[in-house]
Amino acid sequence: MRFFNTIKVALRALRRNLLRSVLTALGIIIGVASVILMASIGDGAKFQVEASIANLGQNIVTVFPGNFTAGGVRGGMGSASTLTVEDALAIRTQIPGALNVSPDMRDRSQILANGLNWNSTIQGEDVNYLDIRIWSVVSGAMFGDADVRSGSKVCVIGKTVADQLFQGTDPVGETLRIRNIPFKIVGLLANKGFNYFGQDQDDVVIIPYTSHLKRIARRPFLNSITVQSATADQMARVQQDITDLLQQRRNGKDPDFTVRNQQDLAEAATATAKTMTWLLLITASISLAVGGIGVMNIMLVSVTERTREIGLRLAVGARGKDVLRQFLLEAVTLCSIGGIIGIGCGIGFSGLIAHIQGWPVQISTIWILVGFSVSAFIGIVFGFFPAYKAAQLDPIEALRYE
Amino acid sequence: MSAVVQIEEIHKIYNSGEVPVHAVRGVSLQMAKGEFVAVMGASGSGKSTLMNLLGCLDRPSQGRYLLDGTDVSGLDRDQLADIRNQKLGFVFQGFNLLARTTARENVELPMLYGQHHFTSKELHGRAMSCLELVGLGQRAEHFPSQLSGGQQQRVAIARALINQPQVILADEPTGNLDSKTSVEVMGVFQKLNAQGITIIMVTHELDIARFCKRNLIMRDGRLVSDVAVTGQSVATVELQKILEAEAAAKLTA
Repeated sequence: MRFFNTIKVALRALRRNLLRSVLTALGIIIGVASVILMASIGDGAKFQVEASIANLGQNIVTVFPGNFTAGGVRGGMGSASTLTVEDALAIRTQIPGALNVSPDMRDRSQILANGLNWNSTIQGEDVNYLDIRIWSVVSGAMFGDADVRSGSKVCVIGKTVADQLFQGTDPVGETLRIRNIPFKIVGLLANKGFNYFGQDQDDVVIIPYTSHLKRIARRPFLNSITVQSATADQMARVQQDITDLLQQRRNGKDPDFTVRNQQDLAEAATATAKTMTWLLLITASISLAVGGIGVMNIMLVSVTERTREIGLRLAVGARGKDVLRQFLLEAVTLCSIGGIIGIGCGIGFSGLIAHIQGWPVQISTIWILVGFSVSAFIGIVFGFFPAYKAAQLDPIEALRYE
Repeated sequence: MSAVVQIEEIHKIYNSGEVPVHAVRGVSLQMAKGEFVAVMGASGSGKSTLMNLLGCLDRPSQGRYLLDGTDVSGLDRDQLADIRNQKLGFVFQGFNLLARTTARENVELPMLYGQHHFTSKELHGRAMSCLELVGLGQRAEHFPSQLSGGQQQRVAIARALINQPQVILADEPTGNLDSKTSVEVMGVFQKLNAQGITIIMVTHELDIARFCKRNLIMRDGRLVSDVAVTGQSVATVELQKILEAEAAAKLTA
């Protein structure tokens, strides 16, 4: 029997018991809808984590100092004062994959301006730091190379600092005092929001690292070095090159530094989201399997009800495989229609949840395809046994069946 | 003229129960093309089993069956399905039409199976000519529920004709019909037989058997009588008699 005719027969059979078909398909509809819903919530969470990781900057490798030990007291990660400006300059000149290098200085300090005061992070950076962090200046401009060379008393400030000290007025051109040293505000940074760890990234004052070393921290050691590799593929390579270079600069002594790669952080962060997604998907799969059992049940009923019809078809020359195909296709058609409706419901519910809960749902084509394929596959798996039973019927017995 | 149906010493033994049942015990017969045969016998005489064997729905336990020159006794399930599709047509007591499927689509059904693939135009054309042959050209798009018993059986006959079979097998085709409609259906069979189609039917009713050309009687799995019908009933004449009787009944009433 031709494919088109078989489909027509399948649709007619399903329409004959419309309510029963709808109720059976409901199992598949709920299953597929929950798969789509769970996948889009999981993907949304993953996407959000990835976005906040990307917000830190692109292709970043960070060098931290090692731990400090004195008299048996171990200071923990980053406590040693071993990273120098020379290390940063060596990375910049000797590692080809390092696109941008910025030595980082970080200190908390009270700042005063406009008759108000505020405690914030004073960060010492190089000019290209904003490029690394994909950060822009909304008013004024970033300080220049000349400022870094001469260690000028200039700064750019984050939005939180501007709000706290200048309360809405444009701070560019104003002066603020850090540890009683006046710094001229040359730029106001764009709003960057909270980072993945919940810290307010806008609560910051950025000054040239040279000024920070000389005037604020007054020590010759860096807090870290931020390196941006040219491409994501080069990140691991750059990480290794930096390790080798710094090791070499320390003449083979025990490494007193750590090199971290942004990818590691991203992987650790998305691992949780992935686990969640899989948990939700397993739950959804169970409801799909239950739906499949419903399909099998109804197909068995359908085969019994239509025993005489099967007998007739066999008598007029249908082979066993024609009957098998007919019932299999009926189950697959039922499940596929259920799958399509389920996909629609899943997308609808995702949108509803995004709207009501404000969750970042992400509907991907791949899950829609998976949802459809799985429903068709369930039709094949759970439709096979009833179809096989139908195909094995003896025409004489089937014709006589009351 | 060569035999369309030739069976030699055919046996059928059912082993499903505790005691093997010997339903057909060595039947041999030949039927030439264009014959019109009635098989009669009491329940349990083996006539249904014989029909199933002749219809290639079942395989003989012993013996040989040549259908249109082909030995079909050793064929497998799928091969028998193809033989039924190509060489045989079936008419059942309960009509066995597909519900909610038009008369034309019911007639097309056997053409959907088998090795040939037809265009929907060919399907349509052949189904319509078969329906016209049984006098139902006007009812092609009706559903079985909209047709009378006699009309339904004529649709079933049209379905049996669609693949131009060698033999039409009818299992008590008038069993569910009243006497007038039975005569009408026998009229259709006689008309087809006159065009050279071989027909084998099972019946209980002696007067129905008289519309055939040859009567076989089975008892205890054996063929006990094989006679040519003398003074064959002619459906058109019988129908006329019934119509006259009805008219007379109305006149006297």
